[in-house]
Amino acid sequence: MNLEEYKGVYVFAQQVDNEISSIAFELLGKAKELAGKLDTQVTAVLIGYEVKGLVDQLAQYGADRVIVVDDPELKDYRTEPYAHALSSVINEYKPEIMLVGATAIGRDLGPRVSARVATGLTADCTVLEIGDFPMVAIPGKEQKHNQLLMTRPAFGGNTIATIACPDNRPQMATVRAGVMQKITPIADAKAEVIEYNPGFVPNDKYVEILEIVKEVTDVVDIMDAKILVSGGRGVGSAENFKLLDDLAEAIGGTVSCSRAVVDSGWKPKELQVGQTGKTVRPQVYFAIGISGAIQHTAGMEESDIIIAINKDETAPIFEVADYGIVGDLNKIVPILTAKIKEANANK
Amino acid sequence: MKIVVCIKQVPDTKGGVKFNPDGTLDRAAMLTIMNPDDKAGLEAALRLKNQYGAEVTVVTMGLPKAEEVLREAIAMGADRGILVTDRVLGGADTWATSTTIAGAIRNLEYDLIITGRQAIDGDTAQVGPQISEHLDIPVISYAQDIKIEGDYVIVNRQYEDRHHILKAKMPCLITALSELNEPRYMTPGGIFDAYDAEITVWGRKDLVDVDDSNLGLAGSPTKIAKASDKVRKGAGEKVALETPDESADYIVNKLLEKHVI
Repeated sequence: MNLEEYKGVYVFAQQVDNEISSIAFELLGKAKELAGKLDTQVTAVLIGYEVKGLVDQLAQYGADRVIVVDDPELKDYRTEPYAHALSSVINEYKPEIMLVGATAIGRDLGPRVSARVATGLTADCTVLEIGDFPMVAIPGKEQKHNQLLMTRPAFGGNTIATIACPDNRPQMATVRAGVMQKITPIADAKAEVIEYNPGFVPNDKYVEILEIVKEVTDVVDIMDAKILVSGGRGVGSAENFKLLDDLAEAIGGTVSCSRAVVDSGWKPKELQVGQTGKTVRPQVYFAIGISGAIQHTAGMEESDIIIAINKDETAPIFEVADYGIVGDLNKIVPILTAKIKEANANK
Repeated sequence: MKIVVCIKQVPDTKGGVKFNPDGTLDRAAMLTIMNPDDKAGLEAALRLKNQYGAEVTVVTMGLPKAEEVLREAIAMGADRGILVTDRVLGGADTWATSTTIAGAIRNLEYDLIITGRQAIDGDTAQVGPQISEHLDIPVISYAQDIKIEGDYVIVNRQYEDRHHILKAKMPCLITALSELNEPRYMTPGGIFDAYDAEITVWGRKDLVDVDDSNLGLAGSPTKIAKASDKVRKGAGEKVALETPDESADYIVNKLLEKHVI
């Protein structure tokens, strides 16, 4: 592998139902920054069927170039045709860096593609930087410059590791949603468009989609919320979430929850914060009746202000809370709601 | 039908996380368990065994101590356990791990391979899909439900906002979510059997079609540049006030101070 042949920062521009996923714009924002440091271009790889109309949006969010792989076999996400498309693009165009969202699609596609093109893949990154490997020079060992340094949490957020991929290309990472910043869209931006089709010949690996069941929910995306009122097992019942709904309404926030709540069937999975749920960083995060297991705090500890209410004074949530209140949520929350309404009315 | 289930022995991070006084992780104080997603995968395999009849082989890669999870799997109902262990395999990243496990599985007959979605120590979710790539078979990740129809497997595959009901020809690899089922307990009879069961141990020489350059630390494309136990964000103020009214006032004052309301 001649590493010098590999150039440019590439982003898998995930689309679902011909709508670009937010993660693709986040990755383009990061890619633009990395490409600036490497003095190279940002290329979005758009894979789907009848998706050419989406190219301009990718340009507006920072793509200099878009490679479009458009084929009827790519209508809905399936591992094999998408893996074939992306690995063919990699083999043909030789990117230095390939970024993929750590979504249910990206975490399936990324490993399959990395194995096919024989490179490393770092999962669920939260920080991406350009730097040296080894980070500190070791006498007698070559120090490589301009490497992608990929930082990720492991052990349920208890440890962090920075990973490099010095001898293989592309340097591949999946990146957690909600972590990287989009750029402000550039209204009249245009990108160079390349149409590429490696040919799709169905085989046994092209699994058949018998049915697509969309979950019809009108829930808001908790990753976009400025204020989250999050409840845990301590709330006690689905009905009792009314207390949190009222508080959220009074303060202009959104209700979210811990895994225990989803497991109990009180709230849908879309509202779950934490390692197996969503990563959130609102301005204010209320943790109400949430004990604060590491799997939960991994998904919310970057919030600006964390306010915890819990009757157990030893609950680990108090270790990450800015303001911790030991007490009974059933008594405190309704009074809090009333006082917030009062404060708002007095403005 | 022949089913291979890949399992991993991991430190128990759930509820049992222990910290050193300086805020770093105390690994020595943590127990080891069978990775939860893998256990759900094993349970799924055992249910298929009950329903359709199957031979269930569990495979793990790790230190000699990882034999424990194989015995646990046998006590739950698996038919045989294979431990892949060798010094040259140490320090493997997901690429080298999946290469190794694929090399071991090439010795076996299988219709279905089931792995957990991800292990709670690494959380990468890569090894399952990578094994399928090395073996050139279809993969279905994030399985919520698994049924067999003749030579095909029908799987309910979860995405963020939808499910796909997928049909794949066997042999096929499926990665299981811990939400898939409630794993059974070991039975007393099973525990006796597991105690007596012969565990097959394979080393480097038993791996089929695997190049030395793809194994262990040296064969791993990803390298750790820096690792640290994360020091948790320091706790802020914690108060225990007399009345709910005072507690509510305390919060309202903080919200006013920070201009939230």
